[in-house]
Amino acid sequence: MSGAPDFVSTAMTSTLTDPLPMRRADGVWRSAWRRFRRDRAGMVALAIVLAYALLIACTGSGLLARHWQDEVGVPDAPPSFLGAAAPDLPGAAVPASPAASVAANVDISDVDPLAPRYKEWNERAAQYHAQSKPIAATLPFGGDRLGRDVLSKALKGTQISVSVGLLAAIVATLIGASLGALGGFFGGWAGDIVEWLYNVVTSVPEILLFFAFAAVFGRGISTLVLIMGLTGWTGQYRQVRAEFIKHSRRDYVRAAEAIGASAGARMFRHILPNVSHVILVRMSLLVVNFIKAEVILSYLGLGVATDQVSWGTMLLESQSDLILGHWWQLAAATISMAVFVTAFSLMADAWRDALDPKLRGQR
Amino acid sequence: MFAYLLRRLWQMIPTLLGVVLLVFFLFRKFGVDPAQTLASLNATPREIAEIRAQLGLNEPWWVQLGIFIKGIVTFDWGRSWATNETIAHLLATRLPATLTVTLPILILDTLIAIPIALGLAYARGSLTDRAIMVGTTVALSISFLVYVIVGQYVFGFQLGWFPVQGWSDSTWTNLVVYAPLPVLLAVLVGLSPQTRLYRSFFLDELGHDYVRTARAKGLTEPAVLFHHVLRNALIPILTNVGLALPGILIGSFLIEVYFSIPGIGREVLLAVNRSDYPVIQAVTIYVAMLTMLANLLVDLSYRAVDPRVVLR
Repeated sequence: MSGAPDFVSTAMTSTLTDPLPMRRADGVWRSAWRRFRRDRAGMVALAIVLAYALLIACTGSGLLARHWQDEVGVPDAPPSFLGAAAPDLPGAAVPASPAASVAANVDISDVDPLAPRYKEWNERAAQYHAQSKPIAATLPFGGDRLGRDVLSKALKGTQISVSVGLLAAIVATLIGASLGALGGFFGGWAGDIVEWLYNVVTSVPEILLFFAFAAVFGRGISTLVLIMGLTGWTGQYRQVRAEFIKHSRRDYVRAAEAIGASAGARMFRHILPNVSHVILVRMSLLVVNFIKAEVILSYLGLGVATDQVSWGTMLLESQSDLILGHWWQLAAATISMAVFVTAFSLMADAWRDALDPKLRGQR
Repeated sequence: MFAYLLRRLWQMIPTLLGVVLLVFFLFRKFGVDPAQTLASLNATPREIAEIRAQLGLNEPWWVQLGIFIKGIVTFDWGRSWATNETIAHLLATRLPATLTVTLPILILDTLIAIPIALGLAYARGSLTDRAIMVGTTVALSISFLVYVIVGQYVFGFQLGWFPVQGWSDSTWTNLVVYAPLPVLLAVLVGLSPQTRLYRSFFLDELGHDYVRTARAKGLTEPAVLFHHVLRNALIPILTNVGLALPGILIGSFLIEVYFSIPGIGREVLLAVNRSDYPVIQAVTIYVAMLTMLANLLVDLSYRAVDPRVVLR
């Protein structure tokens, strides 16, 4: 259970001395950053996440892995450090039968009615340049069934999977936090309605919601983001609601009310900065959950469209690759995902510790 | 107590009504036309219209909603549109397969995770504790799908310890031959989050006053941990297990799909793909009811475990 963070005492004293609310928020964040910097594991994790962010930016802008769909290698090309595969493929090794090739070369031009036009056609055909690209026997980290570079696919897949997780977490957070703020702050019949909605959504099996929303929005990245956002807001709602209930009864909010602050101002200018770290920590957990959910959804056929690549589709393909002994696609997807998710989780943990020093070292 | 029960049951009705409306309109408004799915690919529009009429899809929506609600009240869901099986029979035949897999998973996960978590709480802050915590973070960052793919490949295909997949009619054969591999993999996946969660429960308890009192009167650390902390931490653990109970009925659909286990999760997936409304509606309502009952049960068990809890 995540504990009750409490910045109210610091917030209150600074309210009395400092008339600018923005400066007050700065103080909390700056001291959190100071604590965060002392956490060595957290800093390493942050560095890894930033490196991923850089790679994603490069991939997204087309600097890297732009041609991930090109067939640059032989099908199932092994990684370069393993060397080229032995040419034992059935079909490739079978020489064409000599009898058949002789029969095909018998000169029949005197009976062939099309014979006079062959020369013209050949000339015309020569005007077109068919370029056959050189096909590599091995690729840096192997190729998939279509001869696409697994490394480029992993880069592109990282970009898609991480952005799906991030965007879905933002959508879920927006829905959950605003409903939670609404229900927690106002209570009464508005709170009852939101609470009812929460009960309904949590009672329906998730997979049914996934399927229903997938039927509405079709397949693709935006669908995934919406599906996960529309079903995954409940945890965030629960937590934000509890925080708003707690804070709306605190003295500093009552004081704000007494000097005439409107409900909106109290919710967003007074309470929100005091609970924003809770929202952020919960959101970082959502990112991890959604990245993992994308993989499962892709496996069930609800994931990204077929002309796109994500960690989920790579794993889906690698299932049949593995039986043939082609492990590199599985390894590429698993490693790139595990490193990112581990670093992100550790960063989120360090972040929580830094924002909430009372819980430090407990979990 | 009786008044409390009555009020809780009464409060379930609006939620259930919400679930009914959500499922009804979500699938009818946006789902694939079931008549289209049931008819063959080259069916004429007239044939599709006839199927629609036969399924009662041409009735006004309130009539269809009325039939749905009547089904809930009488627990008579009719027959599956795709297979013409009665829903009761369909669920009764799929449930054992799901339970054969999900019950061992839940039991093993809980029984293994509690001692590990307790041990970690005892050795909190030590190198072992930190190493295992990092280990669980890494284990958690690997997709369930990877565990399943690699596990099936290594244990089923290469080592040949378990059949790659399959299912039989005998519960015993299923339990000892076909279920172990999916159960093993699911337990492996579930162990990390469970251990972390239970460890945090134990650590939460360690911060309380009664622990200080117990230490002050000279109890050894194991006595404090096993006697006092474990008992008090049972409340959140019980909550966690109780809330997982409805989940074991619908099962892990991923495991069922992957290992071709004819359970409820797979059936739901099939039903959604075929727009088989009676099946979808029945399963949804049952799971919703069970979720609410599990919540009630958890609240009631608080009272049993901790006499200080007052039910309001």
